[in-house]
Amino acid sequence: MKLELRGITKRFGALVANDSINLTVEAGEIHALLGENGAGKSTLMNVLYGLYRAEEGEILLDDKAAHFAGPGDAMKAGIGMVHQHFMLIPVFTVAENVMLGHEETKAGGRLDLAAARVRVKQISDRFGFAVDPDALIEDLPVGVQQRVEIIKALSQDAKVLVFDEPTAVLTPQETDELMAIMRQLKAAGTSIVFITHKLREVREVADRITVIRLGKVVGEASPTATNEELASLMVGRAVDLTVNKAPATPSEPALVVSGLTVIDPRGQVLVNNVSFTVAAGEILAIAGVQGNGQTELTEALMGLQPRVVGEITLDGKTLRGHSVRQVLDAGVGFVPEDRTEDGLVGGFTIAENLMLDRSHALPFVKRFNLQLALLAEFATAKVKEFDVRSQGIDTPVGRLSGGNQQKVVLARELSRELRLFIAAQPTRGLDVGSIEFVHERIVATRDAGAAVIVISTELDEVAALADRIMVMYRGRIIGIVPGDTPRAVLGLMMAGEPAPNSSAPLPPAPTEGAAA
Amino acid sequence: MSDTPPQTPPGSATPPAGQAIKPASRRDRPQTDAESRWHGVFREITSGSAIISVLAVVLALLVGAVMIAATNDDVQQSAGYFFSRPSDLLGNVWGAVSGAYSALFQGSIYNFGRDSFAEGITPFTETLVFATPLIAAGLGVALGFRVGLFNIGGRGQMLIAAAIGGWVAFAVDLPYGIHLVAALVAGILGGALWGGIVGLLKARTGAHEVITTIMLNYVAFYLVSYLLREGFLRTPGSNTPKSPASKETAVFPELLGADYNLHLGFILVIAATIFTWWLLSRSNLGFQFRAVGENPNAARVAGISVQRMYVYAMLLSGGLVGLAGINQVLGTTTSGFGATVDSGIGFDAITVALLGRSRPWGVFVAGILFGAFKAGSFSMQAAEGVPIDIVLVVQSLIVLFIAAPPLVRAIFRLPTPGDTPRRPRPIIVTEVAAK
Repeated sequence: MKLELRGITKRFGALVANDSINLTVEAGEIHALLGENGAGKSTLMNVLYGLYRAEEGEILLDDKAAHFAGPGDAMKAGIGMVHQHFMLIPVFTVAENVMLGHEETKAGGRLDLAAARVRVKQISDRFGFAVDPDALIEDLPVGVQQRVEIIKALSQDAKVLVFDEPTAVLTPQETDELMAIMRQLKAAGTSIVFITHKLREVREVADRITVIRLGKVVGEASPTATNEELASLMVGRAVDLTVNKAPATPSEPALVVSGLTVIDPRGQVLVNNVSFTVAAGEILAIAGVQGNGQTELTEALMGLQPRVVGEITLDGKTLRGHSVRQVLDAGVGFVPEDRTEDGLVGGFTIAENLMLDRSHALPFVKRFNLQLALLAEFATAKVKEFDVRSQGIDTPVGRLSGGNQQKVVLARELSRELRLFIAAQPTRGLDVGSIEFVHERIVATRDAGAAVIVISTELDEVAALADRIMVMYRGRIIGIVPGDTPRAVLGLMMAGEPAPNSSAPLPPAPTEGAAA
Repeated sequence: MSDTPPQTPPGSATPPAGQAIKPASRRDRPQTDAESRWHGVFREITSGSAIISVLAVVLALLVGAVMIAATNDDVQQSAGYFFSRPSDLLGNVWGAVSGAYSALFQGSIYNFGRDSFAEGITPFTETLVFATPLIAAGLGVALGFRVGLFNIGGRGQMLIAAAIGGWVAFAVDLPYGIHLVAALVAGILGGALWGGIVGLLKARTGAHEVITTIMLNYVAFYLVSYLLREGFLRTPGSNTPKSPASKETAVFPELLGADYNLHLGFILVIAATIFTWWLLSRSNLGFQFRAVGENPNAARVAGISVQRMYVYAMLLSGGLVGLAGINQVLGTTTSGFGATVDSGIGFDAITVALLGRSRPWGVFVAGILFGAFKAGSFSMQAAEGVPIDIVLVVQSLIVLFIAAPPLVRAIFRLPTPGDTPRRPRPIIVTEVAAK
């Protein structure tokens, strides 16, 4: 089916999220929609899916105008969406999830599960998905959950499939498999809209590329364009994708972690006997697919995890069993993974967020009184130094863009004297321009003599920053390898296969899970 | 993970594998998600814009007018022959509503029927007397709101404050001044103690404050009732469950002489409002309170002890409510108190805090408004025969409108705040609902 969007304009108050966007997706084509976060990609797709109503413009399906009052209409017209955050109910089976919202019933209102099961089986077999209709969603790996989403869309006879940032949670291998599935769907005549900001994936799979910036279509590109060309289209200027950094000059080991184990309240071992060191003046990147213990490891270092076994020392002094306050006072800076949830108080102003971790003592507090004049001075300086774009230091951070929010977090954490700097997913959801800035700051912190840990699921980021790379898999260290290790080797390590020459401090981790 | 392994039946799917691959740690903490959603709603209700408060009052008064008209005998009669003489009905409606609201005004602000200003202003001083405990308790509840705590335990905290402070007031012999301060401090500490228990339970065990405060209300009520009948609060030689009168050395002095009931409590409440304002907007403890109230996760990561803040906040919240309790014993009913000495103020305080948007000065104004309602409702009933209940209905409607900001916004066609494209949540909600 051919999909055409003509002159779509969507406004939110004064903000024009989509400014007369034209987009044509031919039948059986993979069309990539490339743009920074906040460029208006998702808004456009929500218009297409009937979630938003556009002020101007029209949607044409096979050259016939279509009007969608809601997602139900869009689905009926043959448009399917695979959301970034899966819309699945974890305690339901695959078949139950697929039939959800379109339940077929037998006499007496009993659900016709058998029909749903058959349907899942058919679609699954046709594309070689290998999905068991009776498996519970919560037992399935992320990649398979995503396939269930695809099956869900296809079971509604979707002719146009929209993938919204589908690779954010996948391993490189799973990503490759998804690409293969997309090609298969294309071969079967399905049109695909692929929303992403990852250049590599676009070039690999897309037939045509439309680049959106600030709500406008700024250009079309072919998959043969270089990364640099695409990136400069996206941000509107030339972008240097590599980080300029001198070779590391590591000195004494600053952070020493030995035998660290983290157990969650249900008794699950989330981090399993992990030992490593980070030297002052060195960046250790921790790579791995999300959910393999990296988050819990950083939380344990910060004193945020209640049940921790093993030893953590910074400059010879122990950190284990200390409160967050004590850990911060020991000279640790922390950029949490989820900045809106753990890093910032959304209703607080920029200035207030800048003193969030120093609300207990000098310089911002004198005899219980906040030193507001000093804080304003400090905040003004930091906003300038870190180039936080806002209307002023009294703007609530909840109103800032993701990149500016992250700059506020960085400004706060880097304004103290640091011995150890931990940045978890420091550039997640940021635009290319902000990523550049954040990376420069992280390297500068290293060069100032702090030990730096960067946790990232993006191999590009890991490769750009790391002096050494530590890969985690199922709570264990799979290996610690040099910063220039090839992407293919890292990808395999992230899937649980130790590198041939890695300096793993432990015997190779078990691979029984991967073989299952 | 060379190829897809999903053929394993769910039962035998290796649990550590499935667990380890789960995408986000956030999924392992579903309570946090629900908690934060509740936090959002809570914040919206407790700290929305002042304009909503004003409009809610206006709306409630309008609805109240409809009810005054509908329950008026003349109006009902003239409605019977509406089509032959519609002007009668309209005249009667106007008469009933304007009569009632003017009586409300004259009973609470200024009585034009009196000759001198000194006499005419008496109703306003009465308003301030009624407002005094409402403001104090309202500040306590508002403080809780700002830390993300819903203190419904005003009743219990007031009762314990009245019991402990009241005991000091009638049983201890101390000179003028010192006695007053001792009773006052004892009362505030009593309220703080009863609130602090709640904070401690929440910090240590995670017990939800809504449940514990309600239950402690019962405990306090029956404990004080018992003490009044058989314990140290009993009046010797009397069978009524009522305490002895407070000693004169402990009673709040009158501010404007014997002609008016206005007493020192009002000054204390002004001081309490200033203190709360300083605490919340100028002190570091208040900063930490607000951080915890807005986003406890970020506060924790920034090294603020959320647990400790809950305890401190409940201590202070209970202390402020305790001020309302001791105010009753030393200012309003000095002739001895019973187990209903709180007279529902602990609950009205929630309304006051909501109407005041949890801002100290907002609470102050809202408390005076509610004091005016209370003072005026008596003269409204006396002069116009409008039942006192109408005022309660108006008060309840105010809360209802505040709790439903979208309703008020829809009626007055105000824009929805934060209606920006960068909010994924509402989108998802619509999507699920529409399926």
